[in-house]
Amino acid sequence: MTQTIPMTSSAIGGMGHSMKRKEDPRFLQGKGNYVEDVTLPGMLWMDIVRSPYAHAKIVSIDASKALAIPGVLAVITGKDLEAYNLHWMPTLMSDTQMVLPVDKVMYQAQEVAAVIATDRYIAADGAAVVDVEYEELPVVVDPFKALLPDAPVLRTDKPGKTDNHIFHWEVGDAAVTDKAFADADVVVKQDIYIPRIHVASIETCGCVASFEKTEGKLTVWMTTQAPHAIRTVFALVAGHVGLSEEKIRIISPDIGGGFGGKVPVYPGYVIAVAASVLIGKPVKWIEDRMENLQADSFARDYHTTAELAATKDGKLTALRFKTLADHGYADAAANPSKFPAGLYHICTGSYDLQAAHVEVDGAYTNKPPGGVAYRCSFRVTEAVHAIERMVDIMAHQIGMDPAALRMKNFIEKDQFPYKSVLGWEYDSGDYHAALQKAMDIIGYDDLRREQLEKRARGEFMGIGISSFTEIVGAGPSKDFDILGIKMFDSAEIRVHPTGKAIARFGTKSQGQGHETTYAQIVAQELGIPMAHVQVEEGDTDTAPYGLGTYASRSTPTSGAAAALAARKIREKARKIAAYLMEVAEEDLEWEPGKFTVKGNPEAFKTIQEIAFAAYTNHPQGMEAGLEATHYYDPPNLTYPFGSYICVVDIDAGTGQVHVRRFVAVDDCGNIINPMIVDGQIHGGLSMGLAPSLYEEISYDEAGNCLGGSFIDYLVPTAVETPNWETDKTITPSPHHPFGAKGVGESATVGAPPAIVNAVVDALWHLGVRHIDIPMTPSKVWKVLRDHGVTG
Amino acid sequence: MSMRTVNFTINGEAKSVQAESRQLLVHCIRETLGLTGTHVGCETSHCGACTIDLDGEPVKSCTMFAVQAEGKSLTTVEGLAVGGTLNPVQEGFWEEHGLQCGFCTPGMMITATALLRTVNEPTETEIREAISGNLCRCTGYVNIVKAIQYAQRKMHPTPAPEAVLQGGD
Ligand code: FES
Ligand code: FES
Repeated sequence: MTQTIPMTSSAIGGMGHSMKRKEDPRFLQGKGNYVEDVTLPGMLWMDIVRSPYAHAKIVSIDASKALAIPGVLAVITGKDLEAYNLHWMPTLMSDTQMVLPVDKVMYQAQEVAAVIATDRYIAADGAAVVDVEYEELPVVVDPFKALLPDAPVLRTDKPGKTDNHIFHWEVGDAAVTDKAFADADVVVKQDIYIPRIHVASIETCGCVASFEKTEGKLTVWMTTQAPHAIRTVFALVAGHVGLSEEKIRIISPDIGGGFGGKVPVYPGYVIAVAASVLIGKPVKWIEDRMENLQADSFARDYHTTAELAATKDGKLTALRFKTLADHGYADAAANPSKFPAGLYHICTGSYDLQAAHVEVDGAYTNKPPGGVAYRCSFRVTEAVHAIERMVDIMAHQIGMDPAALRMKNFIEKDQFPYKSVLGWEYDSGDYHAALQKAMDIIGYDDLRREQLEKRARGEFMGIGISSFTEIVGAGPSKDFDILGIKMFDSAEIRVHPTGKAIARFGTKSQGQGHETTYAQIVAQELGIPMAHVQVEEGDTDTAPYGLGTYASRSTPTSGAAAALAARKIREKARKIAAYLMEVAEEDLEWEPGKFTVKGNPEAFKTIQEIAFAAYTNHPQGMEAGLEATHYYDPPNLTYPFGSYICVVDIDAGTGQVHVRRFVAVDDCGNIINPMIVDGQIHGGLSMGLAPSLYEEISYDEAGNCLGGSFIDYLVPTAVETPNWETDKTITPSPHHPFGAKGVGESATVGAPPAIVNAVVDALWHLGVRHIDIPMTPSKVWKVLRDHGVTG
Repeated sequence: MSMRTVNFTINGEAKSVQAESRQLLVHCIRETLGLTGTHVGCETSHCGACTIDLDGEPVKSCTMFAVQAEGKSLTTVEGLAVGGTLNPVQEGFWEEHGLQCGFCTPGMMITATALLRTVNEPTETEIREAISGNLCRCTGYVNIVKAIQYAQRKMHPTPAPEAVLQGGD
């Protein structure tokens, strides 16, 4: 498959043009339509009573004071849902999770009861006076302690469960790896913790559930990245109470940022639906920021012991990772079902490693459930962090420049498609070129000289590299499913008689600009100006089935589907053009927008003329109309990559890390809209910076959440965020219909190790080997103090 | 709860609304007046999604009661475009890709518009400081800064260098 994309005119606005976004005029004028903007006649409000304890028995719930408030219509508890067998629900990982508890709570801020009232303030008044009597139970916060034999068993709901262990998963050849370690000249070993963090999209989660009794139809406007999957889950969970899939309509309107946090089904959604069904009126539930941070799915929480082996001249020979994953009280990760640790085994990264072994164990603790992504494809950030840290540690250990060590061990350009020792087939790459470009842009050699001078003066300056390989676009359906639903995705295109088109997709933009980029794909393939292509997503009654937008999968899957649906349309258009011009189909040549008779540039039919003919003058025996649907099942994942270089200066007095420069060279294959790709990388880098320096959700011994509001969960502002410098190389994916790879998450995955590597690089000569993120001033200051630098 | 009548001007229109004394201004704007362009991202003064212009100052409407708006002049995102024409800040956000999900955008643009009204040529540092009360999770701020610089150039174009008059002699 050739992957050179012809450039269309800017009037058509196909791939490669930085077209302004079609969705922007409504956002710029306050006319977006987010879930909280949906108001229905007679709509009620829901507020949730939450547990102050991390682990406690519920002795009693007394709702009488709440029910006495004028305007409070109902208080729903676990017992009410139990009557319909709706008090538990499955998670996306086929574990179970409470909708509302009947006998005990498992984490602080867990939903305990829901108050339904005529107004948001009255619902909150009601929630404040629901009396819940608790009896505290022993709390398990540390996943290592959770696995000790004497730890209290948390999931007493599971018959026969005698411990807090969720799963053991391993990949790679342990014996071969052990031997490679035994034979190695140099082995480095490091414990690395990647803490629990939260996506904190600026829009929180919520829904408006509206059950129409006469027709038995449920419509839910909902903050979801995967509306079709949600519809099916609702039908599976509530089929026994009469919710049938054809009567469920999920509408995901404008979404104020998702980043993975809007993939799961949260109890609040289910309670709002149950309330609407029970009461027969629409019910709105919008969580506040503290509920969002304290109860919604978290990301990361991986404790890894990483080892890397090499020859003394810096040839990497083997990798061994052992990881403990803290999943909270339920495994509610959003991984494809075969992969309990997601795609963590991409952890051999950009390097040609011949031996590797990876083990992951999951543990239950008294924390909210999760393990969903934070703008990354299924545990890829954890994998990249560990390998990129270890490569840097190895370089410093053997006294080799970290760039040189990487160059020496990269998979070579001509090794692609490359089969990794842990089983992936990397589609394409040119890792040397990306790193070299980043080094040239930032002036690597000069920076190293400057660093030496500064070090001689006692100043701390560091340079950190991260050369990551991403794995996105799930996925080939033979390996990838969520709850059994295969991870294909879809596009449906209809060309109207006047040559304009509507295109609908199974994905759902949350800011990525699909209304623009999908229109550009259709414009590229059909030559219809992108301005004339209307894109719709997010309404399950109209859009074709799809698995949604996360894991950077929209362009690799639905984008591909758009191209292939358009090509089906083009083939039909060719037949119509041949008929109209009375020539053989083979005599026609396509260029975006028209078929021309070979050798006669005057004889052509435009796509608009052909579209009109498809409805007014089509050949006898041919179906009328000009439309196509395609369900795309990718043959492989795509492997975007990049090299990032970060320069930091550390204030020895305060421990403050200042990111002076950050150069990101990304390769996401062919590009649909360069402006949007740049924007995605800027955003991704910022969400790489955030957990590196600021964000963490931690817990005290009693299970109290210590990062549960924007007062202590520090989302970076414009002041902390550096002026990102971006550039690119282009290595098309050989198997994607137009050579694209996906880009939304690369930067979040790639940035953190560059920042940590820079900080450790500044301090290595003091004896510092590693610092866990977030590298807050107090943490760095303590490291400096422990190494005799500051008082 | 006691209801009060509150009078204010919003986007140039005089309004008289009934508000519970505890009602937050943002809820009055969104729910009573149906102007849903102003958003809520935290209700604790941290995110800035609810920023509106109140008598020329950007304020967080989640941290004011509706009754405190008595007699004031308010501008929300719906009031930025004049006669259907985007103001320079809105135009800049579109041109420079200063928005992605659009959720922070109304508050961000209100803050930026107020900045450019008071400071003619803000430096990048001044721009970043001015918007530091408005969180954006999508854009990484780079293009928001560029959008504001675009608006600044549009509002205060550098005068073309005047032809130098030769003096006598
Ligand atoms: S909603 Fe007002 S500052 Fe966040
Ligand atoms: S554009 Fe999404 S929060 Fe700013």
